[in-house]
Amino acid sequence: MERAVIIGVGMTPVGEHWKTSLRDLAVEALLNAMDDANIDGVDSLYVGNMISGPFVEQENLGTLIADWAGLGHIPAVKVEAACASGGAAVQEGAKAVMSGLEDVVAVVGVEKMTDVWPSDATRYLAYAADAEWELFHGASFVALNALVMRHYMHTYGYTEEDLALFAVNAHINGAKNPYAMFKKPIKVETVLKSPYIADPVKLFDASPVCDGAAAVIITTPEKAKELGIPKEKWVEISGMGRAIDTINLANRKDLLRLKAAEVAAEKAYRMAGIAPEDVDLFEIHDAFTIMAALSLEAVGAAERGKGAELAKEGQIAIDGDCPIQTMGGLKARGHPVGATGVYQTVEAALQLRGEAPNQVPDAEVALTQNIGGTGSNITVTILRRV
Amino acid sequence: MGKPMQVSRFWRHFKEKYRLIGTKCKKCGKIHFPPRQVCNECGSREMEEVQLSGRGKVISWTIVRNPPSGFEYYKPYPLALIELEEGPIILAQLTDVEPEEITFGMEVEMVTRKIREFNEDGIILYGYKFRPPVK
Repeated sequence: MERAVIIGVGMTPVGEHWKTSLRDLAVEALLNAMDDANIDGVDSLYVGNMISGPFVEQENLGTLIADWAGLGHIPAVKVEAACASGGAAVQEGAKAVMSGLEDVVAVVGVEKMTDVWPSDATRYLAYAADAEWELFHGASFVALNALVMRHYMHTYGYTEEDLALFAVNAHINGAKNPYAMFKKPIKVETVLKSPYIADPVKLFDASPVCDGAAAVIITTPEKAKELGIPKEKWVEISGMGRAIDTINLANRKDLLRLKAAEVAAEKAYRMAGIAPEDVDLFEIHDAFTIMAALSLEAVGAAERGKGAELAKEGQIAIDGDCPIQTMGGLKARGHPVGATGVYQTVEAALQLRGEAPNQVPDAEVALTQNIGGTGSNITVTILRRV
Repeated sequence: MGKPMQVSRFWRHFKEKYRLIGTKCKKCGKIHFPPRQVCNECGSREMEEVQLSGRGKVISWTIVRNPPSGFEYYKPYPLALIELEEGPIILAQLTDVEPEEITFGMEVEMVTRKIREFNEDGIILYGYKFRPPVK
């Protein structure tokens, strides 16, 4: 098997891009990544996108974006795994390189969510839930996460205030990221005073509906050398794992366990030959504060029921033992769903290159974890400085 | 409100949604709701239908204040995870109860209620909701 290294990264700011369409966002991020790698073509394109059909009446995104980016007659395909589409696309791109079938691969994650009414956005996002047994009953994604959050607080004795700390941390870090949607620090009171969307989930427990695109260029170390890419820019994709769980939250064996993330993380750690304590920073899927807590437990950064404890102890800050969401996470950077996994990858790569605006000192290993559905499709990727 | 979909999309589930029919694995005995073709416990394909009692306890709940389009008219509404006495957990709306009366472990029973209407074409969707038992 070949090794896979990221040699270029690019992104657009996350926000409400009223003036920019899906294709222009994607092309901008892709060209930024190609410029970063200093290349003018790729062998193949993988697009991470959750739900462009309902959102902008556009499918066939592989073709659209490769065509508009002027990439010629290359293979191009969309990868869909709900909100984990971006993470899955990165892994599919890396797999193509590792297999030896494709030399230089581009991955772009993109989502355009603000062209529809908010209640329609809520409905379309819920398409990743179980249409017949969840959405049929009026369940939104926020509501499904709220059911988990209340159960978690009740089981382990946490308060809404405890979980709010994840949002506060995300905003502190987002404030230093020029690409983040929210660049303003908030206080615990800001979260607690924000209105309930689905009790106990408040507006500030939740990531925003927004637009954005991010891209990475992946190749082998040999090809990177041949292309003359300086080694300081290489970031190896050293471990990958992916797994599913029941699509219907109610069918879960254990409602407070992200089993898919546990399985994915175990695979990724094994492939990378490392343990959770070797990871210098975690970019996890904090679409809701409760998911930050459960994710930390699932990837082995915290014991069961202790995820929120890490936030209370201050360990999740940049200077803590377990820095998370170093560029704002989904909460403050924003969560353009199908693009999120690629943003996480770009941010982790910048940290490992030592170029992050909110640098974790001497970061060597990073882990990204991207959740689709209510924990039903999860990717874990481990990145390493070369 | 969103356009109604094919009627068949809904009547094909009448058995489950009106009568709460699940499946029981003939091999390992696991009871599923909704019904499954393959047991997600032991992998067996041998299933039999099972009538669920419709009685259970609330294990978590929320109040949906920003619903998906199509449900705006009904907001806010309580949505809960209910552990049925036969074992499966089911997601459903609660009804005939005030939000502040809902508690962990609260006993509930199934009732058939309107889930939503569509404006123009007149389809009305019914299904199960759960309420505190009528004494």
